[in-house]
Amino acid sequence: MTAADLMFDGPTPEVDGPVLKVDDLRVSFPSESGRVRAVRGLSYEVAPGEVLGIVGESGSGKSVSSLAVMGLLPAQARVSGSIRFRGKELLGLGDTELSRIRGRRISMVFQDPLSALTPVYTVGDQIAEALLTHGKGRVSKQQANNRAVELLDLVGIPNAAQRAKAFPHEFSGGMRQRAVIAIAIANDPDLIIADEPTTALDVTVQAQVLEVLKTAQEVTGAGIVIITHDLGVVAGFADRLMVMYAGRAVETGPVDEVYPHPRMPYTLGLLGSIPRLDADEKQPLVPIEGQPPSLVELPPGCPFAPRCPMAVEACTTAEPPLAEVAPGHHAACIRSDEIAGTDADAAEVYGVDVVEEPPIAAVPREQRETVLEVQDLVKAYPLTKGSVFKRTIGSVRAVDGISFDIRTGETLGLVGESGCGKTTTLMEILGLEKLQSGRIAVLGKETTALDRTARKAIRRDMQVVFQDPMAALDPRMPISDILAEPMQVHGYSQAQIDARVPELLDLVGLRREHADRYPAEFSGGQRQRIGIARALALEPRLIVLDEPVSALDVSIQAGVINLLDELKAKLGLSYLFVAHDLSVVRHIADRVAVMYLGKIIEIGSVEKVFGAPEHPYTQALLSAIPIPDPVVERRRERIILTGDLPSPANPPQGCRFHTRCFKFAALPEAQRALCLDQEPDLDGAGDHRAACHYAESRAVV
Amino acid sequence: MQAPTGPYRKALSDVIGFLVRRLANYIVLCLVATFLAFALASLTFDPIGILMQRNPPPPDAVIQAKRVDLMLDQPIPQRFLSWLGGVVQGDFGQTVAGHPITDELGRRIGVSLRLFLLGVTIGVICGVVLGVVSAIRQYKLTDHVATLFSFVILSIPVFVLGTLLKQPAQAFNDLIGSNYLQTLGEATPGFQGTWFESLGDRLRYLIVPTLTIALGQIAFYSRYQRSAMLDVLGSDFLRTAQAKGLTRRRALFKHGLRTALIPMATLFAFGFGLLITGGTFTERIFGWYGMGDWLISGVTAQDTNVVATVTLFIAVLVLISGWLSDVLYAALDPRVRV
Repeated sequence: MTAADLMFDGPTPEVDGPVLKVDDLRVSFPSESGRVRAVRGLSYEVAPGEVLGIVGESGSGKSVSSLAVMGLLPAQARVSGSIRFRGKELLGLGDTELSRIRGRRISMVFQDPLSALTPVYTVGDQIAEALLTHGKGRVSKQQANNRAVELLDLVGIPNAAQRAKAFPHEFSGGMRQRAVIAIAIANDPDLIIADEPTTALDVTVQAQVLEVLKTAQEVTGAGIVIITHDLGVVAGFADRLMVMYAGRAVETGPVDEVYPHPRMPYTLGLLGSIPRLDADEKQPLVPIEGQPPSLVELPPGCPFAPRCPMAVEACTTAEPPLAEVAPGHHAACIRSDEIAGTDADAAEVYGVDVVEEPPIAAVPREQRETVLEVQDLVKAYPLTKGSVFKRTIGSVRAVDGISFDIRTGETLGLVGESGCGKTTTLMEILGLEKLQSGRIAVLGKETTALDRTARKAIRRDMQVVFQDPMAALDPRMPISDILAEPMQVHGYSQAQIDARVPELLDLVGLRREHADRYPAEFSGGQRQRIGIARALALEPRLIVLDEPVSALDVSIQAGVINLLDELKAKLGLSYLFVAHDLSVVRHIADRVAVMYLGKIIEIGSVEKVFGAPEHPYTQALLSAIPIPDPVVERRRERIILTGDLPSPANPPQGCRFHTRCFKFAALPEAQRALCLDQEPDLDGAGDHRAACHYAESRAVV
Repeated sequence: MQAPTGPYRKALSDVIGFLVRRLANYIVLCLVATFLAFALASLTFDPIGILMQRNPPPPDAVIQAKRVDLMLDQPIPQRFLSWLGGVVQGDFGQTVAGHPITDELGRRIGVSLRLFLLGVTIGVICGVVLGVVSAIRQYKLTDHVATLFSFVILSIPVFVLGTLLKQPAQAFNDLIGSNYLQTLGEATPGFQGTWFESLGDRLRYLIVPTLTIALGQIAFYSRYQRSAMLDVLGSDFLRTAQAKGLTRRRALFKHGLRTALIPMATLFAFGFGLLITGGTFTERIFGWYGMGDWLISGVTAQDTNVVATVTLFIAVLVLISGWLSDVLYAALDPRVRV
């Protein structure tokens, strides 16, 4: 008898019908302004072995409803309705009874792997605990430990027996998420709920973790509920899709049906708001105006009506029920037939204008002025030891000799996973300080040679927009002061400032009369617009954007991206756009540079790099990004990278990527020596260059 | 637990090496603290002045002899070194009155440690429990009462608290009709009996002073334990533990409390300083002839050697508690074991 056999208390009774059936679920929380009705009458089912994707923006109730299934809501939550698991009602069960089901029949994978494991116990112990809790008296400690190692091996942790003895902080984010998945499948559950399981991870790691989840499902045969805001993840992974808005399901159906034929304007807008990696030509994104309603006091009628381009009088009188529009496909919209009839495209329904190409785009880039030039930039941080007598024992070369330039009217996307050095590069450019090595020139002026006045003058031409719109604005200043500040610093007269502030607000699509409001009164997307307006105040030539949309929901993100596009055309700006989201970069950038461990490994025009990537890392990166189209997504061949990013303190010899390179792994022994001994130069024909000894283009999108 | 093997044995030896280095640093710190106290006391104290105020004034020869005896004719570093030389050999010098300090030292340390160790043990245990209960029952009656208790205790100076506590002690005695709780001295003078009876006798004297010290410690630790526990209550890993199938109660104790104890290890070093201040006053109020009492009478008698000795004792205690903090921290938190 193996340990695995001990996990069951006998054969699972084969019950027909759904594993999970949620009926008219309602959850509310007390708050200072009244009861927040986070989930308002939600019903859904999960069949055995089925994968249901729940999609929605923040605050749509998708996480709350799944925590309700697990019985893990805080005590002050009020829950009503019905949650049946294999026919057994879960609502109203006590903690002890629920704890017998949790982790054995239903298990959960959480969003943030960094905090999901208890820091003081070893990973192996935490997995074994799941087995011991449910196998009291039947599973010995030794059996549980052995099984924990098997599980770690199953989820792809190399050297599992030894790694089981490690503590969570010795694991990378991706490895921790694997460990959490190992805990979730330890008792061979019937249902796994994964709440944003890959949101906190880099794309290549996301691809790995999704692969592990698929394996987990094959091994356990469990039904899976995957909650995410990423329609791409659902397209490749789920059988059925449920879109949530304001605490209710607004559309459900098989993914093959919903993606091509959405019947609810919100779904249509969501699908249109995502920048697509596989877009051939530049299509405008669909922003959904406004923001989700407050769940404290909902007005009667469809909660989406205020943001809906198709709203009519009847929409505001009653909330439409979820009605069947096609076999297995339900939508909550009174005009769903019209959407089906026209087979409308989102841009058309939402009325988005195409941004005109600026005249400068027609000029070949060699003839345009260089706005920013970076050459052989190096930034190394010393590694020190000792507290009183610090001695340097090595250095981390966060940026290790990179070169690129940006011409007028051009956007360069700088992409890479966390730890690749993109933020350090940006800080070096913004700092205008003395460099360790290399050279940075802004508008032809070398930064190293600047005196104070000259440096201040350059700051005027180069502005920055930060990632987190909440933290980037002083909460104690009204936005008119926030916008005026850079102009005061640069000696504008009060009259000039008074004239410029409303102009700026117009420019970024905010209302002039809101100038005396404070940042707290604006939503995330609006705050990011304020950040952009502030950057524009001094009429700069170059704007450095540090992950400007990664903190925003997709529908809001689309609006900001469109705005950036429009401003670039209108004002002749150049952007340095730092991001980890390659779809966004594909949409907004003209050229792209891919970084890996402090080096640029591929650079070129967006069409070339995305269309015919030459470096294996770029190919893997691109193939890891899910495309929100179930047909395309399932046909794609995915390159899964093994392992994690090596430590930048000790980068691999020769080509830095060879430790994770699939191409290297497939090379005959004789040809490998080159990769091991010699670091490849960034070269290639013309503008498109890649740093690989065996570069060859391959279409992966 | 299995015996540590392989890399873990190496890690263990690293930890031990670290703690040994720490201990060496502490010896230097002890010397610095004692020297500062010695120098400060020597500069300000005037034992001869006290002698001269006697009536009738002692003859010059006596005063000169005393001056030589106390080495007042030598520079302060010299005096410190000669005192330190004695300390290394187990001789802490003499009091101004001429009694050897070493004779009294052992007994006084015993008296103080009895009070301090009991106070800190009760304080830490009850403080942690109270803090955890407060956190779990946040904004309920239990929490409000515990919060009120802590703030009231923390805002009362120890000497007021000690004096105040004598009242309920007296009321208790009146209630049971005997003088069970004693609030002056540390044992009944001339008490004869078996070892066990003597312990019982000492207990009667111990209860109220220990309570005085422990209350402050409970209030101090419970506040920090409460907030540490609240942090943990909202944490993702507690949710993971429950999702695994642990009941809320088990998850709270096995995963929550265990993690919330980590910051307490750091606090322990700080709490000990508070304890010693409290102890000094408590000894004085309840007529215990311990180290704290000695410090105060040493200052009154303008006695440099006594002050330096007590300072050394306190420095050693504080640094031992700091060292214990490090050990506890390393034991509780695998992340700092590097």
